[in-house]
Amino acid sequence: MISQKEDALFRPIDRSRLASDVIERPSLSFGKQVLINIVKNKMAMLGAILLLAIVIMAIVGPHLVPYSYSDQNLANGSQPPSSKHWFGTDDLGRDMWSRTWYGARISLTVGLVAALIDLVIGVLVGGISGYMAGRGKLGDRIDNILMRIVEILYGIPYLLVVILLMVIMEPGLWTIIIALSITGWVGMARIIRGQILQLKQQEYVMAAQKLGTSHAKIIFRHLLPNALGIIIVNLTFTIPQAIFAESFLSFLGLGVQAPFASWGTMANDALGVILNGQWWRLFFPGFMIALTMFAFNVFGDGLQDALDPRTRK
Amino acid sequence: MYIVKRLLTMIVTIWLIATLTFIIMKSIPGDPFASDANVLPEEVLQNIRAKYNLDKPLPVQYVLYMKNLLTFDLGPSIQSETRDVNTLIADGFPVSAVLGLQSLVIALLFGILLGIIAALNHNRLLDRLAMFLAIIGISVPSFILAPLLIKYFAVEWKLLPVASWGTWAHSILPSIALATTPMAVIARFMRSSMLEVMQQNYIKTAEAKGLSPATIVIKHGIRNAILPVITFIGPLFAVLITGTFVIEKIFAIPGLGKYFVDSIFNRDYPVILGTTVFFSTILVITLFLVDISYRLIDPRIKLTSNKGD
Repeated sequence: MISQKEDALFRPIDRSRLASDVIERPSLSFGKQVLINIVKNKMAMLGAILLLAIVIMAIVGPHLVPYSYSDQNLANGSQPPSSKHWFGTDDLGRDMWSRTWYGARISLTVGLVAALIDLVIGVLVGGISGYMAGRGKLGDRIDNILMRIVEILYGIPYLLVVILLMVIMEPGLWTIIIALSITGWVGMARIIRGQILQLKQQEYVMAAQKLGTSHAKIIFRHLLPNALGIIIVNLTFTIPQAIFAESFLSFLGLGVQAPFASWGTMANDALGVILNGQWWRLFFPGFMIALTMFAFNVFGDGLQDALDPRTRK
Repeated sequence: MYIVKRLLTMIVTIWLIATLTFIIMKSIPGDPFASDANVLPEEVLQNIRAKYNLDKPLPVQYVLYMKNLLTFDLGPSIQSETRDVNTLIADGFPVSAVLGLQSLVIALLFGILLGIIAALNHNRLLDRLAMFLAIIGISVPSFILAPLLIKYFAVEWKLLPVASWGTWAHSILPSIALATTPMAVIARFMRSSMLEVMQQNYIKTAEAKGLSPATIVIKHGIRNAILPVITFIGPLFAVLITGTFVIEKIFAIPGLGKYFVDSIFNRDYPVILGTTVFFSTILVITLFLVDISYRLIDPRIKLTSNKGD
């Protein structure tokens, strides 16, 4: 320590008087800041409100009309929307309003759960693989093994795996979710790996390593938050992908069986009649899928902005 | 060294995929001659089974298949008596490849452009418009888009042929139907990573140096933002050029896509394995090229810890 001598030229200043050192803005925790950012973002709030509305309608919607999703009325089939049937009826005379909201339950469950599973496995595999590549012999080997597993899962015919599942398991919601999750995460894993490979060359990662931060902390605190934009984007289209894949699986007999409804199966059923001018058969399930997508996308964009500390104004 | 190692692992990966597919395929109940069983006498059926080695124990069948695979012989097709699997691929692949490449080019070109326009106009009208298009593209799958395209462009306005294959005009509608969803996905990836890149310090440096906006976007922006798009199109490339079942069926295109699905439902074992091996080969090569391209795009990226690689 250099002793502080009174000096005619250099005199220590009274720090307590320095106006520039006073922190005027309230200090906010990260969580609070994110919350404020997202509430202020009009588009993100629109997305959140839409999602909430869709979920509420999925719960109460079928009860607002006197028809159940499975009530058939052949004399009243293929009717366009009217005051009696708000969304029209299908070829068996079932009420489309009731079926659309009932279908929302299955489609939203499938979409959300499948996306969540993809996210968890994809983040783990992609994060570890990308971070370990180029980190010694062991690291190379871990990356190599994980990426070869990804290739193998890409390579085996998906349909074959699905039929095998059909042999082993009962058709139903959980069978669909398992069928979607077996290979669903590989895309997410590769996207995250690519991002991590690029990000880990940044100076802040090197700084964290030199300070002795653990691998897990570097991956989860430094690398993944910076890849968040791409992760959110990938997540938002995992959901419609799962919704459509569900209709394909249901078509094969693995998924929900008639008379149960889902948006995907309703859109699928409508393909035969859309050219006859029965637009409402495709429009309502299709519109709901698009609306859900829109809500997730604008909410995801808002979340991406809100989670980025650089956007604080 | 890295490349030699990867080539060896590729062969092992393809072998593993073929083996696992063989195991799954044989553990599913079913018989390629199920529909003939009622009409043909038992002796004839046994003869046919013997012809395709299906009477031998499974390990023997496996070894015989792998032996043929080593000589690039994918065996006979049970469904099509006149053509073997090699011929099926040789006939169908060029058609599927043209269609796939064309849609990939459309998706890449418009997807990247849309994403950049959106990112440069963040939260303004053009951004909203581009993302609105992207959301529609993602929400409308090809099996819904294709009939609509046919209805308007072919049936009502008579601009393009309804279906089938032959001239370039035949390939326009299926290419668009195939390209829409990937285009929308690419646009969203590009927008997101472009937004990230454009706030980096090196972009500010480039601006301060007085580089033109076009140079900044092309040389500094796209190059740093393109990585997720490259990762995404890797497997997509393999899927598209080997043909897609739905689009080829809707447009009656004689490509490879239908064999991937039909062979499984018909239990046409040699065709299942043949198409799988063919697809996997293209896939592992593509994913390898994607890894290599990471290095070319961003030389800081290290794929292995070996110095020279």
